[in-house]
Amino acid sequence: MPILGADMSAGTLVAWRKKPGDGVKRGDIIATVETDKGVIDVEIFVSGVLEEVLVQPGATVPTGTVLAIIREEVLAPAPAIAVGVPPPAAVPAFRPPAPAPPPPAPAVPGRLRISPLAKKVAAELGVDSATVRGTGPGGAITREDIERAARPEPAAEPQRPTVEIDRQTRMRQTIGAAMARSKREIPHYYLSTAIDMQRALAWLTEENGRRPVADRLLYGVLLIKAVALALREVPELNAVWVGDRIVPSEAVHVGVAISLRGGGVVAPALHDADRQSLGDLMRNFRDLVQRARAGGLRSSELSDPTITVTSLGEQGVETVFGIIYPPQVAIVGFGKIVERPWSMEGRIVSRPLVTATLSADHRVTDGHRGGLFLAAVDRLLQEPGRL
Amino acid sequence: MTKDEIRATVLRVLGEIAPEADPASIKPDVGFREQVDLDSMDLLNFVIGLHSALNVEIPEADYPKLATLDGCVQYLMAIRGGAA
Repeated sequence: MPILGADMSAGTLVAWRKKPGDGVKRGDIIATVETDKGVIDVEIFVSGVLEEVLVQPGATVPTGTVLAIIREEVLAPAPAIAVGVPPPAAVPAFRPPAPAPPPPAPAVPGRLRISPLAKKVAAELGVDSATVRGTGPGGAITREDIERAARPEPAAEPQRPTVEIDRQTRMRQTIGAAMARSKREIPHYYLSTAIDMQRALAWLTEENGRRPVADRLLYGVLLIKAVALALREVPELNAVWVGDRIVPSEAVHVGVAISLRGGGVVAPALHDADRQSLGDLMRNFRDLVQRARAGGLRSSELSDPTITVTSLGEQGVETVFGIIYPPQVAIVGFGKIVERPWSMEGRIVSRPLVTATLSADHRVTDGHRGGLFLAAVDRLLQEPGRL
Repeated sequence: MTKDEIRATVLRVLGEIAPEADPASIKPDVGFREQVDLDSMDLLNFVIGLHSALNVEIPEADYPKLATLDGCVQYLMAIRGGAA
């Protein structure tokens, strides 16, 4: 059972996507597991043959448990390999707890209201969602409704409207545990700077005017790319802290905080964010958000980030005071863009400003390097056409 | 396409993005973002959904006109009818 975050201690095997005897290659999805972050696709990191599965669907096992034996394609017999146990990863907790969902209501006749995650699970379990009664907000069909429908009928099972609340409680508990660990173990330091976004916004408006609607860029993609490129200049921040030492990362995998519908947050990685064009980064970002909310993140996306970017400007927040998600060593926050007086060449002008913040691990960097990093982000955003 | 059909299309696209939203409870003159938890990615997907469903080009500068259900219907009626 892969460790998909510092706060994860166990997971439930939902389904095998390969069966014994099947050939597998590096990068294949071989199983689906459920954690408090949602349904995650487990990738395999070797090529060979799935020899034996050791954990059956429905079983909840601790992280580190060997799920299956893969025989590598070599002449000599290969040792058992635990399926996907990459290092831990990302999830800050900034979004306030969601209010308890309203009591279930009857579904609207003629229209099936079902979350993307529930739809995915229904397809996997072979459940006809049209026959399922929803207990989610406004009568929407939830994953739990589908799973309940898939179980053999033991007797008329009573409605359990508290299931979704329990899930939210679990997610808050796991996020809380990781944040408490972060505050206890990581000596944070905090920096902030105001960045003039006039050039970036003007460039974005012009660029989006040329792009078809499906290819338009969000402002957040400029921020992600600027952070990724700035990490090349200050590579100490592109690392994780394991045990008592720094483990640098050669690749730049930026975690992006994504709020989940109904509450909670995940921060999966945009892999190699520094090497992607803005168009590719936007397409991958859209895909990542869709999969984070529907279920279907890959295990490497949860285990690979070395830094998280979170933007709360849309919620009206001006300044983000981030908490690092261990074992990462930094988190970058962006607030909302506000028109403010700005001194330029001896004149006071009105400019759109955003406050960028850095929370970083003092065991790894000092304020001097952190300051250089924020300065690089600022400088990169002044030349948006080169991002 | 009639006004009611456009309204139904808008609500269908919104429902695909925010399945927890109850279309019957959407107030037509109140901003979507005040009624449904939508972020900028959701709004982009909403515009892409309208583009696909109605075959309309929606410039970024016109996004504010899509803030409410009434605004959406009025705007989409106008551009489908050829008016700006």
